[in-house]
Amino acid sequence: MREVAIIGVGCTNFGEMWNRSFRDIFVEAGLSALEDASVEGEEIDALFVGNMSAGKFIDQEHIGSLIADYAGLASLHVPAVRLGAACASGGVALSQGVLAVASGYYDIVVAGGAEKMTDVGTGGAIDALASAADREWEVLMGATFPGLYAMIARLHMHKYGTTREQLAMVAVKNHLNATMNPKAQYRGEISIDEVMSSSLVADPLRILDCSPITDGAAAVVLAPAEIAKKYTESPVYVKASAQATDTISLHDRRDITTLDATVYAAKKAYKIASIRPIDIDLAEVHDCFTIGEICAIEDLGFVPKGNGGPATEDGLTALDGKIPVNPSGGLKACGHPVGATGIKQAVETVLQLRGEAGKRQVSGAEVGLTHNVGGTGGTAVVHILSINR
Amino acid sequence: MSIGITSYGVYIPRYRIKVEEIARVWGDDPENIKRGLGVCEKSVPDMDEDTATIAVEAARNAIRRNNTNPKEVGAIYVGSESHPYVVKPTATIVAEAIGATPYLTAADFEFACKAGTAAIQACMGEVAAGFIEYGMAIGSDVSQAAPGDALEYTAAAGGAAYIIGKKNLIAEIEDTFSFTTDTPDFWRREGMSYPLHGGRFTGEPAYFRHIVSATKGLMEKIDVKPGDYDFVVFHQPNGKFPIRVAKKLGFTKEQIQPGLIVPTLGNTYSASSLISLAAVLDEAEQGSRILMTSFGSGAGSDSFSMVITEGIDEMRDKAPTVQELLKGARYLDYALYAKHKGVM
Amino acid sequence: MAVPRFWRNIPARYNLIGTKCLTCEKCYFPPRTTCPACRRAGKIEMHKFEGIGEVVTYTVIHSASEGFDRQTPYVLAIIRLDEGPCMTAQIVCDPNEIEIGMKVQSIFRKIAEEGPDGVICYGTKFAPKR
Repeated sequence: MREVAIIGVGCTNFGEMWNRSFRDIFVEAGLSALEDASVEGEEIDALFVGNMSAGKFIDQEHIGSLIADYAGLASLHVPAVRLGAACASGGVALSQGVLAVASGYYDIVVAGGAEKMTDVGTGGAIDALASAADREWEVLMGATFPGLYAMIARLHMHKYGTTREQLAMVAVKNHLNATMNPKAQYRGEISIDEVMSSSLVADPLRILDCSPITDGAAAVVLAPAEIAKKYTESPVYVKASAQATDTISLHDRRDITTLDATVYAAKKAYKIASIRPIDIDLAEVHDCFTIGEICAIEDLGFVPKGNGGPATEDGLTALDGKIPVNPSGGLKACGHPVGATGIKQAVETVLQLRGEAGKRQVSGAEVGLTHNVGGTGGTAVVHILSINR
Repeated sequence: MSIGITSYGVYIPRYRIKVEEIARVWGDDPENIKRGLGVCEKSVPDMDEDTATIAVEAARNAIRRNNTNPKEVGAIYVGSESHPYVVKPTATIVAEAIGATPYLTAADFEFACKAGTAAIQACMGEVAAGFIEYGMAIGSDVSQAAPGDALEYTAAAGGAAYIIGKKNLIAEIEDTFSFTTDTPDFWRREGMSYPLHGGRFTGEPAYFRHIVSATKGLMEKIDVKPGDYDFVVFHQPNGKFPIRVAKKLGFTKEQIQPGLIVPTLGNTYSASSLISLAAVLDEAEQGSRILMTSFGSGAGSDSFSMVITEGIDEMRDKAPTVQELLKGARYLDYALYAKHKGVM
Repeated sequence: MAVPRFWRNIPARYNLIGTKCLTCEKCYFPPRTTCPACRRAGKIEMHKFEGIGEVVTYTVIHSASEGFDRQTPYVLAIIRLDEGPCMTAQIVCDPNEIEIGMKVQSIFRKIAEEGPDGVICYGTKFAPKR
């Protein structure tokens, strides 16, 4: 197995992009990553594209060919494959790209993710997102995606005393971080009161606890570590790539307040990278809902189970905290173009490790972690990235 | 060889609306309405309840009450004038939901408010012929009434299921007799949401003529007098008609009172006489003799004479009684009522 | 939901018919063709659940998917059935009546309908146990 490095990154603005199509945004992200890596089209061995549901969002399947074509790679006949794992599609695409390079089968791989969510109405988007849950035994029983996370939140509050305010603090922090991210969907601060008085979606979750519907794409260029320096002065090394699954339905979990997929992927990743949670300098975690981030920092081992609320309140995860979480603004404020999210997390982490994150730069960051979840925890992908080989 | 009722079950939605609330919206005098109709409030289905769900709950209560093996139910007939589908039976939903499928026959009946008693007669015939072990007859309705129509004060929701057989009877049906003519007193055309009615024409030539004729016909046939009955049940479109028809036929207030549930339930259409009969079965004793006559617009009446047998006491508490189902009501205002009824 | 896909599960939806593994004695709802505990050593048979359980967690849905939007606000919960497995279902009760640990029993209700001219999906909801 070879070590793998990220030699270039690219990302579109996140938000509602009414005048841009799925193919437009993917090509923009891909080309900017190639430019960042100084890689020519002829050098690309393969494309791995994370995409949750182009079939539902834009009524288009066969995404590999479409993307290769519009990226100008069809004449080179570059192999391209689309990977789906709901909101973890991007993380899975990155993981598969890393494995392909590590295996020695490919050298230069583009791992990207894209989702065009605003070409359907809100109802259509909600329906597409609901397909990440069990359609027959959750959705057809009346569940919505926020409803499932609300049930996690309710039990977390019941078991651990997590407060409604602590949930709001996740949103407040991530919106503050997003004010410093020029690509973020929301760039305005919000207050705890605003979160707590926003309209109820699924009690106890309110609209400002939820990540938005977003168009966006992101891409990274992967290369074997031994040739990375040929392309960039600041390669970022993939120290671990780990994926885990769990039951698709929330009700079948061992513990509804723990995402075991996260726990297992994280344990595996820490082991592969030979580091401990305490060694992580920053993390981009899957805060599709505020409770998601509270569970994530527990399940990733940053704080003991049940301490996610108080830790957030104490500022552990703030930009100047001990483990800054979601410096990009997270899914909550930077936006959540579902299939792109896992790649965007890697893009942000690379920028942070290179020291190129501008006002939101986490000082002295050397090791970063990305955490991408599909559904309510049926899939989790964890990557550990480092500037040290 | 005797045929009769082996079990019964009832279901009534928990929501109610008061006459005062409906009268407030239409500017009517509630006291006048209550006096005129003899009805104070009516049941309203929940937003996720319809004739099928009500029929299933009633059927499950009937199965529960005497622990019937659903696989021995050879026929299920659901009488209603508010079947959720115009084409596609309600009876198959019930059959599946009580675990009676697939070796049985099933069909939906429609004869305005007497479709449920027609279903009992059909079951009696098949049981008597030996075609089936048990038959289940259900009357279930989420009655429709146009907003502002006089019917809106009474059109209610509920259901009752009866298991008919030869073994383990709780009430032996001595005989049944029907009176049927073509009398268009009340109708709803295909594709229309609400029924229309002939106003006062629904009284003498329809309700009274048919109930009186069927009841008299039955009593003559089996040679009994009003005084031979402990309880009598008539279809209850309002609180006034059944009392008047009882008097006309020579029955007393005492005989009709136990089954008179319309003042707090409303008119449950196909379920009306069947829920009233259930209220009587809830308190009747061994040897009690009961007369029930339904009425369905269009028009016809089915009259039944029955005698309570032993064994009713043990099974009574195994499913909720009518009085229990009438308790714990939740009252809706007219706006929520309209939401429940799908009017808005 | 496509009619065949709904129809196939009518026994499970109407009557809580799930499965039981004869090897490990564990019950599953919804039905499974493989026992997740015993896998190839499992022996699966049909099992009818009593429909009695307890609320593990819940939410009140204010913003619902198509087909459910007329019912809001409604209570959705994860229920642990007495026989062991958990399932997601609506609880028919007042939103301020629901609490974790509440005992519930199954009832038969309309779950969703595909518009005014589509098929009606019936199935199981729960109500506070009386």
